[in-house]
Amino acid sequence: MSKAKEVLFNPVFNDNPIALQILGICSALAVTSSLYPTLLMCIALTVVVSLSNLLVSLIRNHIPTNVRMIVQITIIASLVVLVDEVLKAYDYETSKAIGVFVGLIVTNCIVMGRAEAFAMQNGPWLSFLDGLGNGLGYSLILLVVATFRELLGAGSLFGYEILILTQNGGWYLGNNYMVLSSSSFLIIGLFIWLLRSWKIEQIESPEFKVARNNLESKEAGTKI
Amino acid sequence: MNKNDTLFKTLIVGLVLCLVCSIVISSAAVGLRDQQKALKQEDQQSKILSSAGLLSDNKSIEEIFLLIEERVVNLETGDYEDSLDPISFDGKKFESEDYSKDPLTSILLTSKEDISSLKRRENFIKIYLYKIDNQIEAIILPIRGLGLWGTLYGYLAIEPDLNTIIGLEYFSHKETPGLGAEVDNPRWKAKWKGKKIFSSTGEVKIEVVKGLVNLRSEDKGFQVDGISGATITSRGVTNMLTFWLGEMGYSKFLDKLKQEINEEDELNV
Repeated sequence: MSKAKEVLFNPVFNDNPIALQILGICSALAVTSSLYPTLLMCIALTVVVSLSNLLVSLIRNHIPTNVRMIVQITIIASLVVLVDEVLKAYDYETSKAIGVFVGLIVTNCIVMGRAEAFAMQNGPWLSFLDGLGNGLGYSLILLVVATFRELLGAGSLFGYEILILTQNGGWYLGNNYMVLSSSSFLIIGLFIWLLRSWKIEQIESPEFKVARNNLESKEAGTKI
Repeated sequence: MNKNDTLFKTLIVGLVLCLVCSIVISSAAVGLRDQQKALKQEDQQSKILSSAGLLSDNKSIEEIFLLIEERVVNLETGDYEDSLDPISFDGKKFESEDYSKDPLTSILLTSKEDISSLKRRENFIKIYLYKIDNQIEAIILPIRGLGLWGTLYGYLAIEPDLNTIIGLEYFSHKETPGLGAEVDNPRWKAKWKGKKIFSSTGEVKIEVVKGLVNLRSEDKGFQVDGISGATITSRGVTNMLTFWLGEMGYSKFLDKLKQEINEEDELNV
């Protein structure tokens, strides 16, 4: 695989920012109750992370080391405001629904993390691809979560009714747990489990072992 | 020392970066402002029209909204307040909410009056009259009040008899999706049409009941099915209707409007 391809597709499954690095969970919980706003959120984040990577990488040789984080965050924050303004001008309804979370992309660890870890050391083109790849990795998880939540919680996908709810005279009783943000934890957890059963190398070695209870170990000892 | 880390270079990089970023952002904000405003206004107008069931597929919102007359009402006296221009009468979210924060243009509600947890009530509010050939066809009144998680903002549309509801539409709320947020469900909203507001003694009788309306009850014309699993939101809706249609809300205005409509009817006869 060429370097560019690797940089672009690695973050989707092999080095997924949410599933492997466990970053950016906050917005994954908050905006995923239905698909359409989630899709816009994914596009917004992908645009911000790729452009911020590109811009940081372009000026990386001129960034003074001691203020580099401030420089990065200034660039990221400006991009976020820009995306927010564009969203407000083209889709007011959705921007009302996810408004604050677009602003919170600034604090999304993925964006800052990629700028610091990748864009500061690599050229503009590769950095842009890395941002795009990480955006795709983030989007993949968010869309999976949103698909389950909207389908099971509201019986619809992209607002089109698939399982007709009892409120609307159908047969499906919406799962209210799926409507709440905490259900995303469950779905992300299941996703990570599936991913790591497929890619075994992602399983982390345990940081410590739980010591056995004294009494138990004695008993176990006597039995031997 | 790296040449990037000198004080001079640090300052220059910071200055240039901030300058570039601020220029980009401010030009985007200024450039997109008109479009944002237009979208926001259209959103608001569509909610106003939707409350009175006036949205139609083959006419644009702007076109239908031409038939709407905006008036500012003084809730203290019940008269139109012509000194305030309805077009420039604009708050942020709820047109008159800003007025409710200023002690000069609002009154403090006592805890007995304040059934909908508003704290203060503004004296001036913008209402919408839907007119055809100078005849009022619908009156659209903004209302707001506490639900479970926060304030619900909406529009109530009533018939010119000032006693029959055409529709109720919320445009902003923080209720739980699937439960309280069912106030947005078209099926629930449809239940409001034709319900009566005032009892024969003139008291606000409309309410959201718990569970389903008993169809054999005498009061079924005043009752709307509750939203299952959202008792507090349902109660909040009842409270805000009781408040806004009552003494502290639009009642003075509605009395005067009734006279006006009656006089007009007599003239027409």
